[in-house]
Amino acid sequence: MLVRTKVNGEWMTADVWGGASLLYMLREHLGLPGSKNACEQGECGSCSVWLDGELVCACLVLAAQVHEREVRTVEALATDEGLHPVQEAFVESGAVQCGFCTPGLVVAVADLLTRDPSPTEAAVREALSGNLCRCTGYAKILDAVWAAAGRMREGRR
Amino acid sequence: MDVLLPRTLEEALEIKAARPEAVPISGGTDLMVELNFDRRRPDLILDISRLAELREWRREDGGLFLGSGVTYSQIVRELREFRPLVEASRTVGSPQIRNRGTVGGNLGTASPAGDALPVLAAYDAEVVLTQAGGRTRSLPWHAFMVGPKKTVIEPSELILGAQWRITRGPGSFSKIGTRNAMVIAVASLCLVIDEDRRAVRVALGSVGPTILRAPEAEGFAARALADAGTWDDPAAPLPAQAFQDFGERVAATARPIDDVRGTAAYRRHACAVLARRALAWAVNDRITKRRGL
Repeated sequence: MLVRTKVNGEWMTADVWGGASLLYMLREHLGLPGSKNACEQGECGSCSVWLDGELVCACLVLAAQVHEREVRTVEALATDEGLHPVQEAFVESGAVQCGFCTPGLVVAVADLLTRDPSPTEAAVREALSGNLCRCTGYAKILDAVWAAAGRMREGRR
Repeated sequence: MDVLLPRTLEEALEIKAARPEAVPISGGTDLMVELNFDRRRPDLILDISRLAELREWRREDGGLFLGSGVTYSQIVRELREFRPLVEASRTVGSPQIRNRGTVGGNLGTASPAGDALPVLAAYDAEVVLTQAGGRTRSLPWHAFMVGPKKTVIEPSELILGAQWRITRGPGSFSKIGTRNAMVIAVASLCLVIDEDRRAVRVALGSVGPTILRAPEAEGFAARALADAGTWDDPAAPLPAQAFQDFGERVAATARPIDDVRGTAAYRRHACAVLARRALAWAVNDRITKRRGL
């Protein structure tokens, strides 16, 4: 079936199997492999994207459900001018090891800091509770959140 | 596999009448797992996530109607005064899951571990079902969910929502699991105090084939509060033994099994602890006059 969706600001059409997930459509039909495919059951958060501005797991959205709706993926964060402040903070804080969970975490952190520029630690932990990292132990990820929050408050996007 | 994307409830119900085998999807947090893991291959999926009619909640005649498409994030944002419901909603999955998962999904899946379900049971909620031609019926929650993942919904029906009489008094939801997020309940409990009827209502999740109420323990707690004079004077202390006995009576209602998430013995123990604590929170909240609905 044909699904027409605004992805990262551009209208795109994909001819997908009816049972395909949004994640499959992004990765296999639209050439956007930034959202990672791991658990396929909403446990790991590595496929986190925005659907009409709301943070969701792309693996739990039926591709057909985004017809005529708007999706934003991790690929939209960096621009020609450089990385998003959350991405910069992850690099500088050493919050990336194998990197598989990173796109989902970056999206979840960007989502949090857009809604709550000065979150408490409890709010950060709750906001990232749906994103699993099996390498870092999360300490450096939390460091990156504080660094990113500082950068974003300074108005660097 | 075909997917239909109706724009209105009427359109969706007409599809359901003509093609009753159509499997509804809203948040997808249950159904997509089955599709992704090849456990289910429905011929036809009906996307009900676009139906504005299902995404509303409203107060009417001293009651609350909660549409089946209301998400857990929406409950946390918009229904703050319904504390047990908000507490249960906050324990659902993760932010990503709460942004998608709906009350209707919990009802339709009817897992005994559905986090919103003990709250609906403690509220004495009715489930509202509808089909084409404006035919709508309401069933008490226990007549709707009749077994593990088993409901009495007709193939031509959709879940419109749940409704209950708003009561005055504190309440809470608590849940046992291996961590705070992304956890399927090992045991859960909702306790609600109805000040006007001087009643205590307790519902248990994940410790039986479906959600269980504990009527004997409820009656015991109401009498204990009366005997201690606590209904009239919230500061009049309830004897420690009453909390203990209440916990044991609630645990005696549980019908748990051993499974991958926990043993029956552990679950029964957890019910006693959760019940004791929930009663203590309610007693304290009555002293500080925190309203819970």
